[in-house]
Amino acid sequence: MARELQLMKGNEAIARAMIASGCDGYFGYPITPQSEVMETLMAEKPWETTGMTVLQAESEVASINMVYGGAATGKKVATSSSSPGISLMQEGLTYLAGAEIPCLVVNVMRGGPGLGTIQPSQSDYFQSTKGGGHGDYQLYTLAPASVQEMYDFVFEAWDIAFKYRNPVLILSDGAIGQCMEKLYTRDYIPRWTEEERRAKAPWGTWGKPATRPHNIITSLELDSARQEVFNLKLQAKYAEMKEKEVRYETLNCEDAEYIIVAYGSSSRIAMKAMQMAREKGIKVGLFRLITLFPFPTKQLAEVAKHVKGILCVEMSAGQMIEDVKLATQCGVKTEHFGRFGGIIPTPGEVLEALENKIIK
Amino acid sequence: MNQDIEARKQELLKEGYEEVYTRTKVLTDAVMHYCPGCGHGTTHRLIAEVIDEMGIQDNVVGVSPVGCSVLAYNYFDVDFQEAAHGRAPAVATAIKRLNPDTYVFTYQGDGDLAAIGTAETIHAANRGENMTMIFVNNGIYGMTGGQMAPTTLVGMRSATTPYGRRVDLNGYPLRMTELLATLPGTYYVTRQSVQNPAAVRKAKAAIRKAFENQKLKKGLSFVEILSNCNSGWKMTPVAANKWMEDNMMPNYPIGDIKVDGKIAEGIDANRLVVDHPLTVMQ
Repeated sequence: MARELQLMKGNEAIARAMIASGCDGYFGYPITPQSEVMETLMAEKPWETTGMTVLQAESEVASINMVYGGAATGKKVATSSSSPGISLMQEGLTYLAGAEIPCLVVNVMRGGPGLGTIQPSQSDYFQSTKGGGHGDYQLYTLAPASVQEMYDFVFEAWDIAFKYRNPVLILSDGAIGQCMEKLYTRDYIPRWTEEERRAKAPWGTWGKPATRPHNIITSLELDSARQEVFNLKLQAKYAEMKEKEVRYETLNCEDAEYIIVAYGSSSRIAMKAMQMAREKGIKVGLFRLITLFPFPTKQLAEVAKHVKGILCVEMSAGQMIEDVKLATQCGVKTEHFGRFGGIIPTPGEVLEALENKIIK
Repeated sequence: MNQDIEARKQELLKEGYEEVYTRTKVLTDAVMHYCPGCGHGTTHRLIAEVIDEMGIQDNVVGVSPVGCSVLAYNYFDVDFQEAAHGRAPAVATAIKRLNPDTYVFTYQGDGDLAAIGTAETIHAANRGENMTMIFVNNGIYGMTGGQMAPTTLVGMRSATTPYGRRVDLNGYPLRMTELLATLPGTYYVTRQSVQNPAAVRKAKAAIRKAFENQKLKKGLSFVEILSNCNSGWKMTPVAANKWMEDNMMPNYPIGDIKVDGKIAEGIDANRLVVDHPLTVMQ
């Protein structure tokens, strides 16, 4: 599939990007609002074209462990779910991080807590960036703000996942998952050949030849001294990500007196609010997070030096704001505005919050 | 292999000795942590011998559980993955689906397979995953100190049933192997044991069949191995084996339950689906 313009749902874009980016296997379980990912895959029957495996598991617990098994053989393996399902996957995710297995997980967030709502939300920020499961680990977390980015980030996730031997999380939400937008497809990337798989994943469990020791995929180390060394290695990896893999976008920040910090759907709403503010003569800029981990700490701190206030917009009770305040060392007036429980804020509400909470 | 042992062996061969029995190269030199007399060591060896004899050492992936055999990956000289507690069948499912020509086996205990991993076990079996599952049943959680397992016998004492397992409190022992035999996805289901040479030979033949079956791509091959847990049961290994024969075997009868996709000869199909009179310990 060469580059062409198509109209597509966000969830469908995830599925089509998986096929087009040479994904070897997808394991999932139905949950609203992301079920179109697996539905698209099943309808496309990629096992007849690219040879990609698609399997509906008995639970999210099973699907994330299928990701563990398949990805540990050095193949490109993915799953997707929505908030309650991602909660079930946390055990698997910490094992994946602990065993350093590259893979792709997509969370199309809905409101919580508990079974919550099936409407969009961004209340899984803490879960995504502060661990989620037990132990000291991080997921490289990308926050798409459009259907195009849903598609593109799948392609880009594999490079990061295999470069760092770490799970990559695409943290989306029900709004982007369900909305239809135009997108440009990318050139089709074939699945790795057997030789490529072995070259990209020399650590994988693809059958021990006489020429190497057996490969073991485990997160167990009973010797505490060695477990500490391993933890330090993980931390060094995360530090390298912070140094080299931070992604963000700024809009109108050069002359801004106030900035809005947001990601995903909220950044789209914030962009409109910014335009409305500019029309009123208020100099507002937008700092959009693309990676939530690693967080653009230095970059945000630099921009914040020149502003009078920061409004954090997130469809949550205020999670991302903690990292914003850490980045600026609380040196700037910073407030949170959010709707939650599945309610999407309007640009007018965001502007009003900016005026009432920050400017006044 | 340990160089001193290898050197001594070469000396003996030069002196005219004949090698009649040797260790398998599919086991590593790592010293096993299993309690002396436990069935794990024997079962490991049987699997390793089968892999060796089939000539598939370069094309096997094993999956170890959480429990006594969590470190199985240190003992088998083949590629191995360590799964989260109970998840080995899901892990193995994907290994096999993505690598259909690789021999894939899981190795789990009764707590792992029949309690926390019940869903993964039943669904892997029901999908007819073309792999081998080895299930070591000793009626107890060995690694954590001898707590009640789903397979603990009625009346049997454990760290969490100090006065014996009670049906009214803890329900019945779960016969996972019989249960799986009722599913159309299972192709070979058998229960074996390793407490004496005759049993070991039969168990090895069953494991061999369970691995050979993967060539047929007909479904899951499931081998339960009854083992003593002499530490957990607080008996000597010899007494534990006797106790196993007297108490475990009436509840967990030895033999094939399903062969080549059909209920095995001599198996009363009713036994698989009808309430079974339980042998209650005195």
